[in-house]
Amino acid sequence: MSKDTLFDKVWNLHKVSSLPGGSDQIFIGLHLIHEVTSPQAFGALKDKSLTVKFPSRTVATVDHIVPTDNQSRPFKDNLAEQMIKTLEKNCFQHKIKFFNIGSGSQGIVHVVAPELGLTQPGMTIACGDSHTSTHGAFGSIAFGIGTSQVRDVLATQTIAMNKLKVRQIWCENQLSNGVYAKDLVLHIINKLGVKAGVGFAYEFAGPAINELSMEERMTICNMSIEGGARCGYINPDEKTFSYMKNKLCAPKNENWGKALTWWKSLKSDEDSIYDDVIKVDASKIEPTVTWGITPGQSIGINQQIPLLDELSPNDKLVAEEAYEYMSFKPGQSIKDIPVEVCFIGSCTNGRISDLRVAAKVLKDKKVSKNVKAFVVPGSEKVANEAKQEGLDKIFKDSGFQWREPGCSMCLAMNSDKLIGNQISASSSNRNFKGRQGSPSGRTLLMSPAMVAAAAINGKVSDVRDLLNK
Amino acid sequence: MKSEFTPPIGKITQINGQCISLIGNDIDTDRIIPARFLKCVNFNSLGQSVFEDDRSTLKGHHPFDLEKNKNATILIVNSNFGCGSSREHAPQALMRWGIRAIIGESFADIFYSNCIAIGIPCFTLSKELIQKIQKNKDDKFLFLEIDLKKSLAKSKDLNFNLEIKESSRKMFLSGEWDATSTLLDNENLIENKFNQLPYIKFNTNLL
Repeated sequence: MSKDTLFDKVWNLHKVSSLPGGSDQIFIGLHLIHEVTSPQAFGALKDKSLTVKFPSRTVATVDHIVPTDNQSRPFKDNLAEQMIKTLEKNCFQHKIKFFNIGSGSQGIVHVVAPELGLTQPGMTIACGDSHTSTHGAFGSIAFGIGTSQVRDVLATQTIAMNKLKVRQIWCENQLSNGVYAKDLVLHIINKLGVKAGVGFAYEFAGPAINELSMEERMTICNMSIEGGARCGYINPDEKTFSYMKNKLCAPKNENWGKALTWWKSLKSDEDSIYDDVIKVDASKIEPTVTWGITPGQSIGINQQIPLLDELSPNDKLVAEEAYEYMSFKPGQSIKDIPVEVCFIGSCTNGRISDLRVAAKVLKDKKVSKNVKAFVVPGSEKVANEAKQEGLDKIFKDSGFQWREPGCSMCLAMNSDKLIGNQISASSSNRNFKGRQGSPSGRTLLMSPAMVAAAAINGKVSDVRDLLNK
Repeated sequence: MKSEFTPPIGKITQINGQCISLIGNDIDTDRIIPARFLKCVNFNSLGQSVFEDDRSTLKGHHPFDLEKNKNATILIVNSNFGCGSSREHAPQALMRWGIRAIIGESFADIFYSNCIAIGIPCFTLSKELIQKIQKNKDDKFLFLEIDLKKSLAKSKDLNFNLEIKESSRKMFLSGEWDATSTLLDNENLIENKFNQLPYIKFNTNLL
C-alpha cells in the first residue's frame, strides 16, 4: 500500500469519513460541470428536494455541444440549444459561476480551469468527464465521475470512493527534437496497456517530466485515463507556481505567499512508498501514431503495424478487430498512409503551446488539396492569445479552417464529424470505433505537430523531416 | 428493449436471469452509447440506442438484436469493459435495455463506479469461465441465479464464485448503494472538513 506520496497526502487531507462498506468519503475541493453530464444530476437533486451544498465550489462552462462555425444563439441544433439553456437555468437557479460563450473565458472545461487559476495544487477536483485527470498536472488529485456522483458532489460536496493504489511512472532522460508530450504519453499507454491503470493513480515523475512545460504536463495527465488510470498527477514545482501566478482566480497579494508556502510542502516524500514503479526511457521515443481502435495501439513513425504473432495473447483479439475496422494490414508502415481530415484541438492538445508548435510547422506551407483541415482552440483565451500572436493567420494562410472554441471533433457531438470511413489525423485522445462521428470513421492519434505535417503532405509523415528543413 | 422500465431500488440480494454474451476486450463507452445520443437532458430514451453503431453494422446479428436474448438481464463481457468516457449514459442505456448485472473479466474504473451508483452489480470472473459461458452450445449457462450474500452464481448444473468489491457488495445488501443520503448523514463532518482545508482560506478570488 502506498505511503507518503502526494496522492496519499491529498487523499488523507480530504477524507471526511470511512463509510460502512469500506470506501472513503472524500471532500471535493473544486467541482467542474458542463452541459452533458450535469442536467440529470440537477434533475435528481430536484427529485430528492436537495440543494447545492457549496455553490461556490462548483464552476461551469459549456464545451461538448457547442458549434465551432457559428456560435450565435439560438444554436441551429435544437437539442444543443436545449442543453445550453438547461445549464444556464441550473447555474442561475443554484448560483453557480458559469463561464458562458462570449465571457472571454469559455472553453473546454479542462483548458479553462487551469488558465483561470481554479486548478491548484493539493486540491481534489472532480468533473463529470473522464479527462478530469488533466488537472493532476498541478499536483491536484483529479478524476472523472459519472452523473450520479455529480449529483452527490452537488448535494454534499463529497463522493464515496475506494482509495486508489499509486504507480510511479519514472521517465528517464529527455525527449528528442520533434518528439512531444503526446508521443510520450502514447508510448506509455502502449507500453503498459489500456487497462493497466485500473485501480491506480499514476504519478508521472523523472527528468523528462520535470523538463515539460505545464501545458505539456496537462497533455500527459489528460491521457492517464486512456491507460485505465482515472487519476494522474505530477508533483508541483516552480513551473507550476509561476504558471499560476496572476491567473484570474489564483490567490493574490498576501494570500499568494500563504498559498505558496503550503503548495511547496506538497509533494511525494523522497522515501515514499509506491504500489508499483515503472521506468520509461524518454530519449528512445519517436513521434508516435495510433494505428488501431484503442489508444494503446500505437507505434513509432518509422515502425510497422504489428503482426499478430508479435502481440501478447491479450492484445490479439482487439488487434484483429482493429486490422479489420481500420482496413490496415499487419506489417504495413504507418508512414505515408493517406489522411483526409486533420483536426487540431481538444483538452489533450488544444492549448496555446500546441497551436504555436503546429503553426511553426505550417508557416509558409500549404495544406494538401486532398485534406480538410481545421483547428479548434481549446478556449476563448487560447483563441484570443493565438490571434494576438498572428497564429490564426498562419493557420488560415496554410489552408486550415480557424474555428471557435469547444470539444468539436474529439467526440463529434456538434456538427464536426468524419464522413463514411474517412481517416483523420487528430490531436485528440481517443481513436475508438465511431468516436469522431461516423460509425466507420478512422482516427489516427498524434501530436499537433504531426497533425500539421500530415495536413501538409496529405499523409502520415515524420514532422522531424519538416522541422529540419 | 423491454416495454416497462423500473429502476433498481433498495436492497439488492439476488439477481436471476438469462445471460447475454458480448465478446470483445476494451469495449468502450462510446460504443455502448455513441456521443450523438448524449444530446439529452434525461436518460429516458437511451435504452433503444444502446450499441447503436455496432448493431447497425451487424444488421440484426448483434447479440442485443437476437430474438433469443430479448429477455436477458445478465451481461457477460470480457476485459476492460466500459473503458473511455465517464458517461453514465452507458450503464443507463444498458439498464434501460434490461441489464441488471454484469459479469466480466475486468471493468474500467469509472464505468464500474457508475454501475454501482445506479444499482447494477458488476462481478469479475476468470477469463476461462467467462469464455466457457460465452461459448456454451447447450443451455448450461443460459440462466443464472446470482446470490449477492454468498457472491455465488448457480447455473443448471454448476456453481461458481463471483468476485465483487466488498464495499460494493455491502452497499447492495444494505440498500445504501444510492450514496447521497449516506454521504449527507455526515453533514457536520463535511462542514468541519470544509473549514479545515488550507486552500479555502487563501482563495478569495471568485470562489
